[in-house]
Amino acid sequence: MTAADERAQEVATTAEPTSRRVFTFNDYMMFGAIVIFGIVGPFLFPNYTFQIAVLWLMVLFAQTWDVMGGQMGYNSLGNIFFFGAGMYICTVTQIGLFTDVGNYTSSSDGGSFQFTPDQYYIGVAVGLVFAAIGSSLLAVALGWIVFGLRGPYFAIGTLGIALGAGELVGAWEWVGGGGGIPIPVYPGSGDGKSFFYYTLCFGAAMATFLFLKWLYSTRFGLAINAIRDDEEKAEAMGIHTMRHKTAAWAISAFFLGISGGLFGNMTGFIEPLEVAFPAPTFGLFMVAMALLGGKGTIWGPVVGAILFHIVKEATWTYFLGWQWVALGVIIIVNIVYFQQGIVGWLQEKYPHWFGIEVEARNAGAKRAAE
Amino acid sequence: MNNLIEVRNVSKAFGGVVANDDISIDVPEGQITGLIGPNGSGKTTLFNSIVGYHPIDSGSIKFKGKEISKIRVQQIARLGMLRTFQQTRIYANMNCVDNMLISVPHRNAKFFDMFKPYPHELHEQAEHLLEFVGLYEKRKLPSGDLSFGQQKLLEFAMALMNKPEILLLDEPTAGINPTLINGLIDRLKRANTEFGITLFVIEHNMRVIMNMADTIYCLAHGELLASGEPEKIQNDQRVIDAYLGAH
Amino acid sequence: MLDNLNLLVIAPFLNVQLLLDGLFIGAIFALAAYGLALVWGVMNVKNLCQGEYVIMGGYFAWYIGSKGIHPMFAMPVAIVGMFGFGWFIYKIIISRVVEKDMFTSLLATFGLAIVIQQGLNLAFGPEVQVANSGYPTHTIPMLGGSITVAEIKFYSFLICCALAGAVIFFMKTSRMGQAIRATSQDARAAKVMGIDTEQVFAFTYALNAAICGAAGVLISMIWVIQPFYGITHSIRAFVIVTAAGFGNLVGVIMAAFGLGVAEQYGGFVFGAEMQQATVVGMLLLVLIWRQVQMSRYRQAVQ
Repeated sequence: MTAADERAQEVATTAEPTSRRVFTFNDYMMFGAIVIFGIVGPFLFPNYTFQIAVLWLMVLFAQTWDVMGGQMGYNSLGNIFFFGAGMYICTVTQIGLFTDVGNYTSSSDGGSFQFTPDQYYIGVAVGLVFAAIGSSLLAVALGWIVFGLRGPYFAIGTLGIALGAGELVGAWEWVGGGGGIPIPVYPGSGDGKSFFYYTLCFGAAMATFLFLKWLYSTRFGLAINAIRDDEEKAEAMGIHTMRHKTAAWAISAFFLGISGGLFGNMTGFIEPLEVAFPAPTFGLFMVAMALLGGKGTIWGPVVGAILFHIVKEATWTYFLGWQWVALGVIIIVNIVYFQQGIVGWLQEKYPHWFGIEVEARNAGAKRAAE
Repeated sequence: MNNLIEVRNVSKAFGGVVANDDISIDVPEGQITGLIGPNGSGKTTLFNSIVGYHPIDSGSIKFKGKEISKIRVQQIARLGMLRTFQQTRIYANMNCVDNMLISVPHRNAKFFDMFKPYPHELHEQAEHLLEFVGLYEKRKLPSGDLSFGQQKLLEFAMALMNKPEILLLDEPTAGINPTLINGLIDRLKRANTEFGITLFVIEHNMRVIMNMADTIYCLAHGELLASGEPEKIQNDQRVIDAYLGAH
Repeated sequence: MLDNLNLLVIAPFLNVQLLLDGLFIGAIFALAAYGLALVWGVMNVKNLCQGEYVIMGGYFAWYIGSKGIHPMFAMPVAIVGMFGFGWFIYKIIISRVVEKDMFTSLLATFGLAIVIQQGLNLAFGPEVQVANSGYPTHTIPMLGGSITVAEIKFYSFLICCALAGAVIFFMKTSRMGQAIRATSQDARAAKVMGIDTEQVFAFTYALNAAICGAAGVLISMIWVIQPFYGITHSIRAFVIVTAAGFGNLVGVIMAAFGLGVAEQYGGFVFGAEMQQATVVGMLLLVLIWRQVQMSRYRQAVQ
């Protein structure tokens, strides 16, 4: 590099703010494309509104998992717990605001209680708020139990929480036990319902994205990255690690709680093992999607979730019963052979796309040496 | 002259191995204090005890008159006592500026300070300190791509960014190119004089420590062997024996 | 629930029954947990498909039993078969994650667990199965007939002890056993000393699968198997290893007995449907207890 080049670079770098998470032109294009698809998608593919709505929930799942797993290096296998918790909190609120929960859940048809449209919408609104806040509070409480654990113990501990929650809710008759709860019926047409929830799902996913984008640009983003890279060093530097870890989990739980409330209302019937706390399906998907796209990047989880969901929905029925085996194989292949994920791979290959500087001569050689 | 750190009768054993035996040390404010001793003499164990890495078996450790032998690493760090590591530790996936920014003091951080952006002054301060240690050119590189010596300098700069009252350095010159050592000594001294940071340094390189320290403590076999000014230590027969392996 | 507790007080012999059942089942847990500790200690792989290997072993026994042959004869078949399967899995998957960070091995084996579960589900269907050993009807009355022990449980306990003894004997005396122990202490040093660590890893992983398979054969005879019951066995193995620490054989056995007994009591007091919840509860308790223990050393559990 000549001296003139260096000076030119100097000018270029001092002109822009030093924060590394600037939103580049590429980012705006990508975000714009997603928003446009989100708006026209249900009109282009009206028969798939439900699937596209689930797609946005998947995007939300992968993003919220990545707060902990990718950005902070705490690989949770039990984040699905907050999805289920949000679902139950939302449902119980929707019912409990207007009638007796025990009566409602103990009869198979919801005690033939009819919700008026007003009651329905108020219930959903209040329920979602409670779901978000309640899940966050649960995250804070559980944080006391799991954040003294590192590495595999944390992963197994969180998995245990998710599995245990399903069993406990299954034994809790007040919330319907293993039999589940029928959700209040949407006061309107089927199309109206799918459009209503589509909008909410899309909004939730976008809100999550924008919130996390902002979050990663604050001190918080750097702090959780520091915890990921070397938690002992972060402690030795005096960072409030516990505070950051708890807040990160509470933020994940906040959005997951909303997604749970939405998904429960979309399916119309909830029960603990298959719908609310499905650790082997949704619980694993969120990890797989974030890894597929590239963990620890802002776009990785989004890309991974979209790709995963589309491929899954498109091919699922052709597997003739082997789809779960195929899913497991995909996860293994992803983990073993393609760990950095799509965006991670792009970042290594074309760092300048992401505004990352590398030392061209040494960096490659150093990596090769290691 | 106040003592920032007062170590009194500290003992620490790992299983049957006594790493520190009844050690008392004072680190006076504003000075550079050295800690020397042969390999395995318990220097790093003492450091780890002071900064809260493990509990001590007996004795007391005070920082500014406050007992710290029971509290944890983060709390001690937030009191204004920082340490660097023998095996340099930096945040390898973040670039140098980010490494600096995250090292700002967290002493008075309120809960919602987590969500604040970094003001421009901190960026300037970070770049200024990177320049101070000679890493300004590399400030945007991922710190994991730096050489070992550069990482050590970065770790030192991060420590300065934290504005500690006292800095515990574990072998700051180990692994650094000999031609750079003089520069590092100079920077350590300037950190002491210009930034007013008290230093407590473990060092193997006699030339370095004799050049720098106001007072030196020498450990051997987990016990305090000698203490005093560099000249005194240099001529102490027991210290010479310990280093030459005589018993 | 309170009624059940009351029952335990009124009829003390029930306690003896629960204790015995806990010991018999705990002995089998110890096998799988020892396998996990072995793999964890030697190659730092957290094998989350431990339980699936157990269930696979169980299906060997069930299949042979369903052909009219006594399921006990499945034992050598399961050991050899699972050893081969473990070796195969090591070669295609585990060998590639050994050097990576811990979450990679955890997640890769979790993916593997799903493949095995679903494969078993496709092959044998989702029904709960028992390998018909013909012995459950034979019982040994004790304490004047107030409690009974199925003969098969007694035999399985003896087999369990024999297997454990064989493994310990192998680890202590054989060349490969010594290589495994050396590798677990310091893989790099072992490699420098000329031990083919790749071979040792493969053998250790295969041995773990074989031990699990043997445990599964016993489980299928004295208990039940189902394609999706593996995860609970995996968590049991983790609970035991977390409580005991790896490399501590006596600790593993004691913790396994403890878990077995705790589960029997949990199942009796809270009802059988709370069994998995009991296991998970034990996991969380052990993790909390470990944290309290470590915080005295100003350390985190890692």
